[in-house]
Amino acid sequence: MKYFPLLWATLWRKKARTIFTLLSIVVAFLLYGMLQGVNAAFHLSIDNANVNRLIVTSKISLTEPLPISQQQQIASVPGVSGVAFAVWFGGYYQEPKNFLFATPVNIDDYLHVVPEAKIAPEQVEALKRTRTGLIVGATQMTKYGWKVGQRISLHSTIWVNKYDGTSDWPFDIVGTYTFSGDESQEQGAYFNYNYLDEARTFGGGTVGWWIVSVKDPHQSAQIAARIDKLFENSPDETKSQSEKEFTQGFMKQMGDINFIVQAILGAVFFTLLFLTGNTMMQSVRERIPELAVLKTLGFTDAKVTVLVLAESLLLCLIAAAVGLGLADLLFPMLKNTIGVVRLPSRVILSGASVAVVLALATGGLPALRARRLVIVDALAGR
Amino acid sequence: MNDIVSLSQVAKRYTRGKESVEVLHSLDLKIAQGDFVALMGPSGSGKTTLLNLIGGLDRPSDGDVTVAGERIDRLSGAALARWRARHVGFIFQFYNLMPMLSAQANVELPLLLTSLSAAQRRQNAQTALKIVGLDDRARHKPNELSGGQQQRVAIARALVADPTLLVCDEPTGDLDRKTADEVLGLLQTLNREHGKTIVMVTHDPKAAEYARRQLHMDKGTLVPGNTP
Repeated sequence: MKYFPLLWATLWRKKARTIFTLLSIVVAFLLYGMLQGVNAAFHLSIDNANVNRLIVTSKISLTEPLPISQQQQIASVPGVSGVAFAVWFGGYYQEPKNFLFATPVNIDDYLHVVPEAKIAPEQVEALKRTRTGLIVGATQMTKYGWKVGQRISLHSTIWVNKYDGTSDWPFDIVGTYTFSGDESQEQGAYFNYNYLDEARTFGGGTVGWWIVSVKDPHQSAQIAARIDKLFENSPDETKSQSEKEFTQGFMKQMGDINFIVQAILGAVFFTLLFLTGNTMMQSVRERIPELAVLKTLGFTDAKVTVLVLAESLLLCLIAAAVGLGLADLLFPMLKNTIGVVRLPSRVILSGASVAVVLALATGGLPALRARRLVIVDALAGR
Repeated sequence: MNDIVSLSQVAKRYTRGKESVEVLHSLDLKIAQGDFVALMGPSGSGKTTLLNLIGGLDRPSDGDVTVAGERIDRLSGAALARWRARHVGFIFQFYNLMPMLSAQANVELPLLLTSLSAAQRRQNAQTALKIVGLDDRARHKPNELSGGQQQRVAIARALVADPTLLVCDEPTGDLDRKTADEVLGLLQTLNREHGKTIVMVTHDPKAAEYARRQLHMDKGTLVPGNTP
């Protein structure tokens, strides 16, 4: 700590240069925080995938419907503890940008296999009683300022209501749900399957996919194979996979987010490496006589090396702290898009590690130059 | 008096490309504790090279260099650095202060290498600045001080760790006559009243008059007639 005032004063020796270098690194770490945050948010749903569940879809495609008659057959497979279904509704509120992941379900079956969804019992009963009932995720309730008892209309991009010939489906909000351990799951809504099935113009008696809970997660692979075997050579062959595999596959359909993020950040930090490295080299070159004086006063080669590295570390850590701090402040603005409220702490920790690596990489050469400096040559200007 | 500096058969050669140039030839020198020696001679005579060897900034090619009881030509780089911190205070022609630090912080620099507390470092630096008459300028940065004041800050920095020896390379070379006389008077006071041993390289005969004795160098050797 006793060297801190010296380091601090050295860092601000050329104020304008230090400010511009700091700003470049701050922007890089802001970008790092935001992109890695988004990346982490996408992976959160994969990380949070339940190991006790399988997702069963049509072997042809996720969008291909399956007959509801399969439920009993899947339930009879040894090792299966529950079966629920879901259907892709493709709903939005007022404008396409207000996407709402509304899912027609049998609420009892669904809560049995997805117990993380928490709904007050009286609201579950209200949903069963109300054909047009809708249970909305807490995040969406807050976002739109909806209240229980309110009537809203959701537009479906797939289903036409045969009673009025439109794609607008009226709903009565009868409750809200939370999702333990993953706030991003609170962006959806559940409604009665029968409401959709009775009113839709096509696809009656079908579901989108099956959600199957298993008694022993170690048996998941065998159970998945048994389910697929059950429907082999039928018109509705299935593809069963763990919830994690399903989520990963779903994410990949949107593009390899991880690759895109790493590629962008790789380019940014590669450029930054040269920028900061050059600044540090220039700074040390200008201070050759001063470093020689430090050595003259009795600072060892090792101490001078550490001082130059510490200066680089100080610069990068300050910039990383500001950049990641800004990312932490701005990240909640993406809540409506990606559903994650706070920048994950692992992003901040990995950002700090990147700052240390950047500091060592950019400070390494200048520190070596300072270490090798010969006092009499440096003082004589050679 | 004890000899604080003892050089025996010291030679120094520099290699520039394929050429090897000997700048000091078989030089013997003894300086007693409490002495104030002015090293004079034409440019290229080897004064600064000799001063660098005495101050432990450079190593001889041949011969022994014993300063403050230590054979410094045998010390490793790190040990030599520690030895310099303990025994030598340096004063340069162009002051060589850290431009971004205040006078006080500049003077405190050598004390960072000691185990003194922050309060003790501050106190010692204030005392050193008081000795050179600049305690009222402690917060000023070098560019806010005159040349003479900067050199006095440099002297305070050289003094603050209470070194055995002060090594000065043209300390008044960048100063006007009046300021130079003030700085030299200060060095003389440090020698006479505080018992500091001083070795000073100078071109200026008037500056050399402040020393107790003058040594003249020419072509890498001490001129015998002027060596007491």
